[in-house]
Amino acid sequence: MLEWRRRREPSTAMLYLSPLIAIALTMLMGTIVFTAMGYDGLTAVYDFFLLPLLEPQRWPDLGVKAAPLVMIALGLAIGFRANVWNIGAEGQYIMGAIAGTGVALATYEMSGWWILPAMALAGILGGMAWAAIPALLRTRLQVSEILTSLMLTYVAIQALYYLVRGPWKDPDGFNFPQTRMFTPDQTLPIVIPESLVHLGIPAALLIALVTWLVLEKTTAGFAVKVVGLAPAAARHGGFSAERTTWITMLIGGGLAGLAGIFEAAGPFGQLTPQFPVGYGFTAIIVAFLGRLHPLGIVFGGIVLAATYVGGEIAQTTVRLPQAATGMFQALLLFFLLATNVLITYRIGLKAKPAKVAP
Amino acid sequence: MTASPRDRADAPPRLALSQISKSFPGVKANEDISLSVRAGEIHAVLGENGAGKSTLVKIIYGVQQADGGSIAWNGETVSIPSPKAARRLGIGMVFQHFSLFDAMTVIENIALGLDEAVDRDELKARVAKVLESYSLPLDPEREVHTLSVGERQRIEIVRCLLQKPKLLIMDEPTSVLTPQEVDRLFETLRQIAAQGCSILYISHKLHEIKALCDTATILRGGRVVGTCDPKVETTRRMAELMIGSELRSIEGAHGGTAGMARLAVSDLSMPGEPPFGTHLKEISFEARAGEILGIAGVAGNGQAELLTALSGERLAASPQMIMLDGKPVATTGAGERRAAGLACVPEERNGHAAVPDFSLAENAILTARYRLPLAPQGFIRLGAVKRFAQAVIGRFDVRTTGPAAPARALSGGNLQKFIMGREIGQEPGVLVVSQPTWGVDAGAAAAIRQALVDLAAKGSAVVVISQDLDELLELADRLCVINEGRLTPPRAVADLKIEEIGLMMGGIHGQPEGAAAHA
Repeated sequence: MLEWRRRREPSTAMLYLSPLIAIALTMLMGTIVFTAMGYDGLTAVYDFFLLPLLEPQRWPDLGVKAAPLVMIALGLAIGFRANVWNIGAEGQYIMGAIAGTGVALATYEMSGWWILPAMALAGILGGMAWAAIPALLRTRLQVSEILTSLMLTYVAIQALYYLVRGPWKDPDGFNFPQTRMFTPDQTLPIVIPESLVHLGIPAALLIALVTWLVLEKTTAGFAVKVVGLAPAAARHGGFSAERTTWITMLIGGGLAGLAGIFEAAGPFGQLTPQFPVGYGFTAIIVAFLGRLHPLGIVFGGIVLAATYVGGEIAQTTVRLPQAATGMFQALLLFFLLATNVLITYRIGLKAKPAKVAP
Repeated sequence: MTASPRDRADAPPRLALSQISKSFPGVKANEDISLSVRAGEIHAVLGENGAGKSTLVKIIYGVQQADGGSIAWNGETVSIPSPKAARRLGIGMVFQHFSLFDAMTVIENIALGLDEAVDRDELKARVAKVLESYSLPLDPEREVHTLSVGERQRIEIVRCLLQKPKLLIMDEPTSVLTPQEVDRLFETLRQIAAQGCSILYISHKLHEIKALCDTATILRGGRVVGTCDPKVETTRRMAELMIGSELRSIEGAHGGTAGMARLAVSDLSMPGEPPFGTHLKEISFEARAGEILGIAGVAGNGQAELLTALSGERLAASPQMIMLDGKPVATTGAGERRAAGLACVPEERNGHAAVPDFSLAENAILTARYRLPLAPQGFIRLGAVKRFAQAVIGRFDVRTTGPAAPARALSGGNLQKFIMGREIGQEPGVLVVSQPTWGVDAGAAAAIRQALVDLAAKGSAVVVISQDLDELLELADRLCVINEGRLTPPRAVADLKIEEIGLMMGGIHGQPEGAAAHA
C-alpha cells in the first residue's frame, strides 16, 4: 500500500520539479481524454505543447502571446506574495487598453514620438484606476478583493462593448463594432524587421528583471514577502499591510493595463469586441506555474503561450475545438495545485508502525 | 506524604511503564522510558520543554500510541487505544488548556464531558458530594465565563473525580494560577492522594515538585536521566539533571542605580482588539536608565496589548501618552520608534518577532534596519546584513549553521537568543521584552537574563513583562502587576514579599483580598 508521509522539511527540489510534473500529467491526461473522445490524442498533445516550442518559425508568435502573459503575471505574483488576491487582471487589462485607446483617438490627427509613451502611460493609469477600487474596498471596508476584482472584470468588458459599439465606433468602418485603426505613431514598433516581434517582448523581459531585483534587493520587496508570510511580524517590523495592499494592487493593475495597451497598439491595432481573450485569467496560471518567481514566470509565460499557439495549430491539424485551449489550461492549473502536495508530503510504501528510522 | 496509605511493598504498582518509545519524523520524543507509580503516590515527571513529558502522558492517556514498550496497570499488561479506554481503566487527566464552554454553566460543562448520559438531578447530587468531600469552593450553577482560571481548573478536576479515578494526570496545572491558587490546588491534590488515588504531576517548576511530590522522574531529550525523592534532593541538583549542564548564576542583578526616566508612560488607555482583546486602562509607569522594571501578571490581562502599544504596532490617541527620552512617540509608528531607540520583543517568536520561513539574515533585516545601516535608501546590503547576523550568532551563542539557516530550523531557545541578540545588538535606549525565556531551556534562559542585566548596566532602561515570578524577582529592580488592563504602581523588589505579589495578581479574579491591587 502507498501512503502520504509528511516531510520534515518542505522539499526544495519538489518546489521546482512539481510544475514540470504538472505539465507532464496534463499532457498525459490530455492524451487520454482526446483519445477517448475519438481524436488522435497523441498528435493533439504533441501539436498543442511541443510543436510551438520545437518549430523556430512559431517562436515570434509564441513571444507575442507570452509577453502580455508575463507582464500581467509579474504584477499578480507580487500581489500573491503579499496575500493580495487580485483575480481581476483581465478587467485591468481591458481598462488599460481603453484608457490608452482614448489617448490614441484623441491624438488621431497628430503625430510625434510622444504619442505612444502617452498611450502607454494612460494604459498603466487605466489599469491602476481599475485596481484601485478593490484596493480601496479592501483597506477601508475589509471587502474581499477576490470578489470585487473579479466582478469588475465584467464591468470592464461591458464598458468596452459600449465604447466600440457607441461613441468610439469607427466613422469609416461600415458600422462594424470597432474603433479606428491606430496610426503608425500609435503602433508598437517592431524590433526584429519582417517579424511579429514587437517592443512588448523585450519590455516584458526587462520588467521581469526589474521585478526580480526589487523583490530580492530592496526593502520594498522585503515588505511584500513579510506581509504575505507573517502579517504580525510585518507590523512588528514597521511594515504597513494597508500600504502594501495598495502598492501591490496598483502595480498589478498598472502592469495589466500596460499589457492591455501594448496588445491594442500591437497585434490588434484597434479595439474590437474580440479584444479580451482571457490573458488576465491565464496569467494567474502563469504566476503559479512560475512559482511566483519573476524568472519562473518568464518560463511559465512561454508554456501557456504555447497552449494558445498550439490550440490554433491543433484546430487545423486534428480539428480540435477552440475550447480545447481552455481545457488544457484548466487541466494544467488543476495538476499544478495538486502536485503542490509533493512539496510537503512524499509518497512511500506503507510500513508496519515498527521502529523505522526517520 | 506520610498520610498517604501505601499498598504492601509486594503489591504491583498502580502504573508501570516499561521501555516506552515514541518517534515522530525527525525526533525521538520518548526513548526507553520506564517508571512506576504506586497507589496514592504523587509522582512528578520533571523536564524542560521538549523533554518528552507531554508525549509520555498522551501515551498513558491513550491520545497517542507508543511505538514500543508496554504499560502495566495494577500488574496486568494493558493497551490503551483511546482516552475513553483510559478513563474506563480509571485514568483521569486535567489538561493544561481547558476544554470548557464559556456560555454554559459548570454543571452543564461537567455533563458534556461524561462518557455516559447521567440524569441531571443525580449528577447534581454526585457533583455536590465531590465538592463537599474535597471542600472545593465551586458553584455548579455559575456560568463558566464568570469564573477565575483556578475555578475553571476545578471543573476539570471534578470531571475527573466523578469517574472515581485511580490515577490522575495533571499537565502543567499551575502555569496560569496565582500563588494562592497554587496552594489551594496542592491541598486538593494531597487530599485526593491521601484517599489512594495516584497522581502523575507534570511540571518543570522545581519548587512545586519539592513541595508536593513523593518521587520525581526526570526526563531530558526523551530519556529518563534520573529518579529521586524531591524532598531530599537539592533543587540545584534536580535542575542540573534536567538541563544536563551546570547552572550559571546571574551576575550584577539588582545592582543598578536608576538614572533619569528613559521611557515614561502616562494615562495610556487603548481599546483591545475585538473580539477578545483586553482594554488598557490608564496605564502609567516610568522605566529609568540602568534599571530593570518587571511587569508581572497572569496571562491574558493585557500584556500583549501593552507590548504592541509600546512597540508602535498599535497607536495611542495622544502623542504624550508615551515619552521616549523626553520625546512624545505614542502616535508614531513602529519604525520611527525603533529609530528613536525603543526596541520591543513580543512573546510569540514564530510569526511575530520572527518570520519562520525567512533566514536568520532576513530576520535581522526585519527590525534592525532602522538603527543599523543594513538597507540604506531601501537597497538591502547583503554583506552588512550577514555580518550583523553572524555577530549576533557569535555573541549570543546561537546554535545554528549560519545566517542562511531558516528561522524555523532553530529550537525555541536558540531562536529566542537570536531575537534577543538582534535587539540588544542595536543598543536600544529602551528595551521592552515579553516572556523573554518562555519555552527556553534553562541554559539559554540564564544567558538571556544575563544579557538583559548587562544591557541595563550600560544605561538602557529594560522592561520585562513576564508570567514567571521567579524570573522577575531574579531580574527586576522594581515590579508592577498588570490585571485586567490596569497596572499597579511599581514597588521595589527588595522589600516585596511573594505573597504580596500574589495578592496583587489575585485582584484579577475579583477575589475580595485582591481588591487592594487596584488602589
